[in-house]
Parts: sequence; C-alpha cells; structure tokens
Amino acid sequence: MILASRLNLLALIGRSLLAVLGATGRLAVFTLEAISHCLRPPFFPRLLLNQMIEIGYYSLPVVGLTGIFAGMVLALQSYTGFSRFAAESAIPNVVALSITRELGPVLAGLMVAGRVGAAMAAEIGTMRVTEQIDALRTLSTNPFKYLIAPRLLAALITMPILVLVADIIGIMGGYIVSVHKLDFNAAAYLKNTWDFLEPMDVISGLVKAAVFGFLIALMGCYHGFNSKGGAQGVGAATTNAVVSGAILVLVFNYIITEAFFSR
Amino acid sequence: MSETNASVGNKPPKISCRGVTKSFGAKSVLAGVDFDVQAGESMVIIGGSGTGKSVTIKCVLGLIRHDAGSIKIDGQEVSRMSARAREAIDRKFGMLFQGGALFDSLPVWENVAFGLLHARNVPRRKARDLAMEKLAMVGLGPEVGKLSPSELSGGMQKRVALARAIATEPEIIFFDEPTTGLDPIMADVINNLIVEITRKLGATALSITHDMASVRKIADKVSMLYDGKIIWSGPIAEIDRCGNPYVEQFIHGRAAGPIQMQVRRL
Repeated sequence: MILASRLNLLALIGRSLLAVLGATGRLAVFTLEAISHCLRPPFFPRLLLNQMIEIGYYSLPVVGLTGIFAGMVLALQSYTGFSRFAAESAIPNVVALSITRELGPVLAGLMVAGRVGAAMAAEIGTMRVTEQIDALRTLSTNPFKYLIAPRLLAALITMPILVLVADIIGIMGGYIVSVHKLDFNAAAYLKNTWDFLEPMDVISGLVKAAVFGFLIALMGCYHGFNSKGGAQGVGAATTNAVVSGAILVLVFNYIITEAFFSR
Repeated sequence: MSETNASVGNKPPKISCRGVTKSFGAKSVLAGVDFDVQAGESMVIIGGSGTGKSVTIKCVLGLIRHDAGSIKIDGQEVSRMSARAREAIDRKFGMLFQGGALFDSLPVWENVAFGLLHARNVPRRKARDLAMEKLAMVGLGPEVGKLSPSELSGGMQKRVALARAIATEPEIIFFDEPTTGLDPIMADVINNLIVEITRKLGATALSITHDMASVRKIADKVSMLYDGKIIWSGPIAEIDRCGNPYVEQFIHGRAAGPIQMQVRRL
C-alpha cells in the first residue's frame, strides 16, 4: 500500500519533469525557428511598421503614465528616507539612477507584457483556432515569417525607444515633485541629474528593454500559436502569455543587472 | 481501388495515398488510407464526423505530418521532400476551409489576393484587379471587396473563401465541408460554383463532406472513410447500388446499421 503510493508519487514527479522538459524543448525549437525567420528574406516591412505602431506608439500613454508616477513617488519616498540623514541632495541621483537602470525598463516591460503580450496571444490564438494559420500555409505563406517575425522584431526595436521615453518622463516626474513640493532649486536639480548620470546607466536599461521586448513578444506568439480548442484555449493562452512574459521580465532583469554589475 | 487503375495513361495520378497512418497519442485515426485522384477528377471523401476525413485532407496538404505510408502529388513523394520542393508543391494547392478561415484583419479583396500578393509577388494594383475578377466569378460585386470579412453573412464568407482558394488558379483544390452551416439554397449555389469553377480551371478537386446532396452534385468519384480506412470507392453513379451496408447506412442517414457513432472527437 505505502509502496504503491510512493510509486504513484514517483510517477507524478516523473510526469511533471517530462512535461517541463517537453515544454522547454518546444519553446527552444519555436524560438530558434522564429529567430531564423527574422533573419532570412522575404521580409514584410509593411507588417513590421504596423506592429511597431501597435506596440510602440499605442503603448506610449501607458508607459508614460507609469513613468511619471514612478518618478514622482520615488522622489517623495527617497525624501522621507534621506531627510533623516540630511542627505536630500542625493534625491536627483537616486531618481535618475533608479529610473534609468530599474524602474523604467521593468515597469514598461510589465505594462507592455500586459498590453502587447495579451493582444498578441489573443490574436494569434484566435487565428489558430479559426484555422487562419492553416490558411496561411495553404496560401504558401509561412506563418513564422508573416505573423511571428514582424512581432518579435517590432518589440525588439520599439521597447528601447519606449523605455527611453519612460526614462525621460520618469525623471521629469521626480523633478516636478522635488521642485514644486520639496522646494528644490530647478536648475540645481537638473544639473545634479545630468552630472551624475553615466551613459552606462541608460544603456543598461535600454539593453534590458530590448531583451524584455523580445521575450514578451516571444511569449505572446508562442502561447497564441500553440493554443488549442476554442474560446477557452485562447483565454488560457492569453493568461499564460502575460504571466510568463511578466515573470521572464523579472528574471531577466536580475540576470542582466548582474551581468552589468560585475563590470 | 486497384493499382492498375492508378496508372491509367502515362501520367501518374494527381494525388495518390498508400497506407497513410496517423495517430494522436494512443488513438489511431488513420489506419492505412489508400486512394487515388486522377487529374481533372473530382473526388469526394464521405464519412461520419470523427472518422478522420479532415485529418486525411490535412495530411495531403502537409498541415499535419502523417506517421507512415506514402502521399504522392503528381508522382512525387511529399514526405521526404526538401522545404523548397515542398513549397513548389504547395503552390499547386488551393483550400476552402470549413469555417472560411478568412483573415479578419484584412479587407475582403486582400483576403482574395493574399496568395498573389505574398507568394507570387504580384503588384498590389494588379492583384486587386485579379481579386475583383475572382469575386465576380463567385457572384460578388466589387463593392464587397472593401468590406471586412466580419461584415459578411456565412454564405458570403464561403464565397469569398472560395474566391481566395481559386485566386492563384491552383491545380488541386481542396474543399473541407463546403456546405456545412449553409441553408439548402446557398449550399446548392456553392455546389454549383464548385462544379463550374473546377471545370473552368481544369482543376483536380478533393473534397470531404457528409452532405449527400453536395456529394451527388460535385463528385465524379466517392470514397467512404470508416474506422481509419477507405471501405468503399467508386464512381458516384454506383453509390446507390454498391451493396455495402456501411455506405448504405450513411447515404440514407439511418441511425440503425453497422456504423456506431463516435462520441469523442479526434
């Protein structure tokens, strides 16, 4: 009896392990195929442009709003902490550094994962369950080229631009609160920010952004492309795309930070 | 269907399947499907839901990889082909999907012109004219071209899907349940269009359906799929006196008979 239940437990562990390995393998094959189609012609410049507008332009309000409030709250909170050590002058530095290195890319990444990852999974998933992806193949068009490559490339290109905008707006948020609420000198605040910020702070954030963009689009496309069944399948694909996209953003945020940190 | 029949004349059959098998997990769907479709012929595969008709057509189209057996198009084995050779074969195909499968992000004319624009690199203006021509062939005016597929009724969507399937003037056209979900009048209109267009293009047709009215209209030859195998094959004229109890139960739509309905989908 005990032996049987232990064997059941082993079988359960084995099955889960196989499922995880299988999923990893499928994702790896999907990723390699997608990348290879990104690099080989024919390209679809019109679709790439459409996706860049969809991902980049239409995400600007969301990313801008997150940026400005993150910057504002950062200035307030660091003031609370730093005033205890009479170190208020470090606020511009803290705001600039946190926004460009961390909050800009991570918050923009999470917002885009919700907005774009979900949209991609839902659109491609619906195309899968209504046989539109099969229809593409019968019309001699590779779905990887037509659907997936433009989305991956567009996300890879536009995310750094979005994050650059988020950086600027975020620092502006800090500036607004510091100058208008905490009585900082406006010119001194800007000079402080500018002198302190190093190119590497911004660059590391932009590298993160590009990686996050790729991962978010990859999750959206992968889950959409492999969705099964009907409305429920598409719903599950959308949820999985957002959750896995957001988690990958946080995981890779650490990995990339460490890679830049050790230099 | 005998081997000798397959090599009538000098030309190999347009489509030839031998011993095609396909399983999903432990469930065997196709257990050795054999059939030939000669050039210019219209063959219809009949069978109840869940007998593997769609899987058969998808294996021939290359949308699903079959496990074993041989599928030849124009005498060329497709399963061991390079990607480039496979693309050349794919260009011979046109497919009408059961649900239409129109791209809802594109207007009707771009749906019809899709194959011309993306696979044949026809300039947009010319592709648009050709699309309008094909829409006219299925009885739709140029004003439909600008609409979105979601604005069309089921019957109209089917017509647009038909126009898309024939836009590149394919040699082989596949029809997956062309009349499902249509009223009897619209079903007859679609059947007539299928007959007329395949004749006009001189195309070979492979259809699957369970609508007997459609079968009688569009088929030259009929094969019945049951339990993963072709259990009867012959000209449409012979179907009423084939003497096969499975076929008879199916064409007369009787609940009682040797066929037990499949509950689980494949």
